[in-house]
Amino acid sequence: MDKFEFPIIQEQSDCGCGVAVAASEKTVPDLDQSFVSGFVDTPAGRLPQVSSALVWQDRWGSIKARWGVGRMDYSVNPGIYALGTPDNSSPVFVSANYKMSFDRLRQALAERSGWILVLDTKGINVWCAAGKGTFGTDELVRRIESSSLKNIVSHRKLILPQLGAPGVAAHKVKQMSGFKVQYGPVRAEDLPAYLDGGFQTTAQMRIITFPLKERAVLIPIELVETIKPFLMIAPLLFLFAAIAGPSAFWTNAASFGLFAVWAFLCAIIGGAVLNPLLLPYLPGRAFSIKGFSIGMVIALIILYLRGINLSAWAGRMEALAWFLIIPAVSGYLAMNFTGASTYTSLSGVKKEMRWALPLEIACGAAGVLMWMGAILIY
Amino acid sequence: MTEGKIKMKNSVYLKNVVTLQLDENKCTGCGMCLDVCPHEVFKMNSKHVVIQNRDACMECGACSLNCPANAIAVESGVGCAAAVINSMLGRNNGECCCGPVDISDTTTKSKSGCCG
Repeated sequence: MDKFEFPIIQEQSDCGCGVAVAASEKTVPDLDQSFVSGFVDTPAGRLPQVSSALVWQDRWGSIKARWGVGRMDYSVNPGIYALGTPDNSSPVFVSANYKMSFDRLRQALAERSGWILVLDTKGINVWCAAGKGTFGTDELVRRIESSSLKNIVSHRKLILPQLGAPGVAAHKVKQMSGFKVQYGPVRAEDLPAYLDGGFQTTAQMRIITFPLKERAVLIPIELVETIKPFLMIAPLLFLFAAIAGPSAFWTNAASFGLFAVWAFLCAIIGGAVLNPLLLPYLPGRAFSIKGFSIGMVIALIILYLRGINLSAWAGRMEALAWFLIIPAVSGYLAMNFTGASTYTSLSGVKKEMRWALPLEIACGAAGVLMWMGAILIY
Repeated sequence: MTEGKIKMKNSVYLKNVVTLQLDENKCTGCGMCLDVCPHEVFKMNSKHVVIQNRDACMECGACSLNCPANAIAVESGVGCAAAVINSMLGRNNGECCCGPVDISDTTTKSKSGCCG
């Protein structure tokens, strides 16, 4: 991209109420970040320029982050960026320095120009960072100063994603920096309609939903989370069945061992895959109940397919064991999905956990003991 | 109206647990809470807002932080079981998702996941 000559702005009356920032803290984002397509010269220095078109590296980066690869360092430099060819009257959009947040924003602003003020949220998305306070009043005011935003734009307005509001007190930002915070839509996709509608959000733009697509993209990270415990527990189940079972090592392993690993895997799939997919259609309000229900159905199906001999005590015990273990695992994983959902309150989660966590632990432990007993008496 | 439909579609978590408190005497009716609430918990009466859907509140705290009149109180936090477990076990700074705030501290670097 070619160089963009920035009109020099002489309107810089500082209200004097801002946070003092030392000259050394005046920083601009690096120009050599992979997604930077050029630069613009402004009174605040040479700023990186980005386009709204994502390239394959951006998309590949998102996919990797969804699978937990490099997720914790998937960030962009904080500071101000030029999107397209903005001037001193262009809108200022505030974002987090999680690269996926930044990419979503610029992608939504196709064919438009503006300034993107990226806060240092330690590589975390807007909503989570707002919950922690890193996408917050203090960081915003600091970043306005350190990026010399007042020298770049002549207006004093900022557009923030609505989900940044749990961290930012708009009236305090106004007091401290002189900039008026306007909360835009929840979803970046609604930004064009918001801008064209005279900076007004509609009720639909303000409401957060949790549609299938948004639940589905969370499945990879839910699965990745369970890999480690699975790799630790599955071999133990396998070995115990092989050693303690009634027949030779490999005969036991092929029968009880493989089934145990399979049942455990199905329980994980129930909690980490089926629960997110079917969330609104599952019974109960508490997520654990949703997970328990899936677990019961899974246990029914796989035990039916296995055809356990229920006339013997060992068979009955093994079947009952799986009716305890599978719902416990699915329920626990489903309960953990509260953190990814868009409508659970902390008070509610604590209330659910008071009964659900002990129940899950008790069912899981009782189930494992019963299963070991069944294998021993077979 | 379409707003009613949207409400119907949205899931509601446990009932009667939310800590949200609104002091209608302090409320000036500026409507900021209507703008920041992602679950349409409030609605505007003639002079001030009222809580119309308490159970939909997820205690994010946006309304109370952005209320210039200090009329709203809520024990805000992230409704995340992993965070509660982490704080019980004293690990990962009791964080939910998205890892620790201090990324320079590699010992607590976690990829525990939620929130895209």
